Amino acid sequence: MDLIGLVSFNVLVGIGTLVLITVGLGVIYGMMKIINLAHGEFMMLGAYTTVISVTNGINIWLAMLVIAPLVVGIVGLIVERLLIRFLYGRMIDTMLATWGLSLALIGLMTTIFGNDVRGVPAPVGGFSIGNFGASGYGIVILIVAALTLVGLFCMLRYTRYGLIVRATMQNANMASALGVAPSRIYMSTFALGAALAGLAGGVLAPISGVSPVMGAAFIAKAFITVLGGGAAIITGTGLASMIFGFINEIVSFKSTPVLGEVALLAAAIVMIRILPQGITGRFFKRSI
Amino acid sequence: MTMLEVSGLRSGYGRIPILAGVDFKVEAGGFVGILGHNGMGKTTLLRTLMGYLPATGGHVKLKGKDITKASPYVRARAGIGFVPQGREIFPALSVLENLRMGCLLAKTNEKQTIEQVLEEFPRLKRLLDRNGGALSGGEQQLLALARCLCGDPKLILLDEPTEGIQPSIIEEMIETLLNLRQSRDLTMVLVEQKLNFIAALSQRILIIQKGRITREVPPEAIADPSMLEEFVGIEA
Repeated sequence: MDLIGLVSFNVLVGIGTLVLITVGLGVIYGMMKIINLAHGEFMMLGAYTTVISVTNGINIWLAMLVIAPLVVGIVGLIVERLLIRFLYGRMIDTMLATWGLSLALIGLMTTIFGNDVRGVPAPVGGFSIGNFGASGYGIVILIVAALTLVGLFCMLRYTRYGLIVRATMQNANMASALGVAPSRIYMSTFALGAALAGLAGGVLAPISGVSPVMGAAFIAKAFITVLGGGAAIITGTGLASMIFGFINEIVSFKSTPVLGEVALLAAAIVMIRILPQGITGRFFKRSI
Repeated sequence: MTMLEVSGLRSGYGRIPILAGVDFKVEAGGFVGILGHNGMGKTTLLRTLMGYLPATGGHVKLKGKDITKASPYVRARAGIGFVPQGREIFPALSVLENLRMGCLLAKTNEKQTIEQVLEEFPRLKRLLDRNGGALSGGEQQLLALARCLCGDPKLILLDEPTEGIQPSIIEEMIETLLNLRQSRDLTMVLVEQKLNFIAALSQRILIIQKGRITREVPPEAIADPSMLEEFVGIEA
């Protein structure tokens, strides 16, 4: 019984982690059809922001929940203005450009901070499920992931900005005939996606080694989860994270974490073969 | 006062020219119809006036102000409303949300604006919760018009609103537009190939041929097939 409790908890944390690392990429891909290959490096910047803030005596909650997304959001804004906005509608070119950007960011951070692995201590301790110890920080991840999805949903569904974003996604030309400046919407959407990547990096900093190349570990998983989810950002990210997170954690528990990752990738390949448009390309088409 | 002044307007797709120097004027409050066959440049003209296609020559002036180089959203904010060919309803937004998008440029508050527009389009009232994509062609056309009116435009560009629409709604549209001319301070440029629709609404009718406005015909001429043939070369 205790074991089932522990495994269930780990599955939930795994899903929450996947949601966090995916949602920023999903916002940018879903709304702008841009594949941001620098997503992992945006997370890395968020993690560094957290580490540096904490080292300088700033409260860790403030550092990872506020400062990290803010800093990376601003970086995203600058990147959009200097790079991405010249490449709208050219998917391959944006992939190349963001890949180049990711290499540049890795190089830049290595030059400044060296390639040693840093870390921050987790702000909450463990707790026990029966005879087993579980990571209390997992609860933090779960809560942040859930709040992020709910917050995004409410923003898209109930605010005027959300309405404009959804309309622009569906038909940017028509939106502009109604007075919307699409370039502004794209700019803010890209910054929002970057900020979410920063948040993910910040929140995951205490449980992953922070180094300039840490982003590479996330981008593949985030990418296939976005593709698996399909066009609807929130529903798609949520459902795909549940499926892939579940498979990953269960296989990891039965064998090793490496095989868990393999199982995740294998499941993704099978799913994209069956549902090439992702889950929400077939089901829940009208969702957000 | 002149609402819209188009002089020597040229445009096209890539290196293929479509408009070869279009000239016309629309007075404030005027309803002008532009009649022409397929491929004569009707839609290209409206897309250029709205700013989707760059003008390669000539000028467009709105209330005396040159807007030739302005982007679509700047023109929208300056008071041009656009009801495009194919209607371009946001398919995954509800009817109400489509109208709320129309309200972005409204001067009064959203709720009031939508209530007022729904009085003019009573058929939309029971459809508010439906997705735009689930409406019939005719309902979508009414919605596109209503959405445009929410922003209280001074000049409306209307691109083939009768295309693929059942006759009952065409009648309703004529009636609604004639009412609007009375109740609102509207100017309209309508592009069409359906003769009775354009004749019922327009005070002046311009003929477009091969990317040029070739002549103006009185609306009465449309009713007379022999006159029309002589004027336009179109068989009624």
